[in-house]
Amino acid sequence: MTIDNIRGVRRRDVMMCLALGFAVVVAAPAKADTVIVKIDNFTFAPAVLTVKSGTTVKFENHDDIPHSVVDAAGKFRSKALDTDDSFSLTVAVAGEINYFCGLHPHMKGKIVVTP
Amino acid sequence: MAHHDDDTHPGIDRRHALECMLWAGTGVLWTLSAGVPVSRLIGSAEAAESGFSFLQISDSHVGFDKAANPDARATLVAAIDKVNAMPVKPAFMIHTGDITHLSKPREFDDAAQAIGQARLDVHYVPGEHDIIDEDNGKAYLERYGKGTKGAGWYSFDQAGVHFIGLVNVVDLKAGGMGNLGDAQLAWLADDLRGKSASTPIVVFAHIPLWTVAEEWGWGTQDSARALALLARFGSVTVLNGHIHQLMQKVEGHVTFHTARSTAFPQPAPGTAPSPGPKVVPAGELRKLLGVTDVVYRAGQEKLAITDTALAG
Repeated sequence: MTIDNIRGVRRRDVMMCLALGFAVVVAAPAKADTVIVKIDNFTFAPAVLTVKSGTTVKFENHDDIPHSVVDAAGKFRSKALDTDDSFSLTVAVAGEINYFCGLHPHMKGKIVVTP
Repeated sequence: MAHHDDDTHPGIDRRHALECMLWAGTGVLWTLSAGVPVSRLIGSAEAAESGFSFLQISDSHVGFDKAANPDARATLVAAIDKVNAMPVKPAFMIHTGDITHLSKPREFDDAAQAIGQARLDVHYVPGEHDIIDEDNGKAYLERYGKGTKGAGWYSFDQAGVHFIGLVNVVDLKAGGMGNLGDAQLAWLADDLRGKSASTPIVVFAHIPLWTVAEEWGWGTQDSARALALLARFGSVTVLNGHIHQLMQKVEGHVTFHTARSTAFPQPAPGTAPSPGPKVVPAGELRKLLGVTDVVYRAGQEKLAITDTALAG
């Protein structure tokens, strides 16, 4: 590995940290973590996500088609997310959240919230 | 233009089905002769021999600007140009949903302007892309909901044929497919009550009312309840969009047909990891335009398809 490569990696890491820091500031000013759920090819990834209570989950749509994030229990519903739009949700209560895409309901995912 | 309905030309063989799926871009002309619906893709110069004709367009996705079609408005305009070039003016048009891509006012305006150039009455049903405004469908209903019930369903009659526009994109359930719901099914039962079984019925809705691909949500969860209400009728034609490709199926007295999109093709089930827009090489989209005749004859369960490219 060349020095340039190492620099490249470091720069990317720095950028990622900055991006993460920005997301935390916007979504949850308290010292919460942000975890990403990617929407790609009409799937939520990871389909099952386990996080601690207080974590912010950010859904990012990378498809050419809009999607949404709807709680199966009816507690939240995002607006339609166009390409590269995102929706953030801070999970407070331990338990399971089952969600799906309101436009394409065969797309499902689950967040397991631990105390 | 040959109508192949003999045994040497089976209605849907694999090759023809695939050719159909590769095609994208205009509308379907439906002709009712003696109560029997006949469709051909617009571009055919043939005029309706008798009865009346109407046109189906679908999935115009105005506002879509991604790789599969950077200008969905332009291809809608091209489709309407085809309509205007037809030798016989259709009685009206139906649009089976996904008029817009993101339910934005500008997209609705652009679509209305383009479609208005056909100077035809247009009967709409919404697709899931038409009800994603902030108020979950209010924008669609303000424009197209006049005289409709619930989320926008309705019926009307034309020269003895009963047309029913259904909405199956609202209140979708986790893990499910399209959804009609109890209220709409109760309305449908009421709408059909007292109608003679010999009344030709045309049902149109966005998502297919038969299960094309459950893994992609291409079907309607409670469609069996609607089809049970239609079972006593001798001629039922179900027209859908949503899947951006041609598919046909005949089951008893019911003929199911999905129209192509005017915006972009989607892959056939099982050929791609997801149903997302299918990107074809630049310049290929319109080469894939063509004409297709779909002929139905009373008492025959087979449907005949003749598929011809417009260019290339």
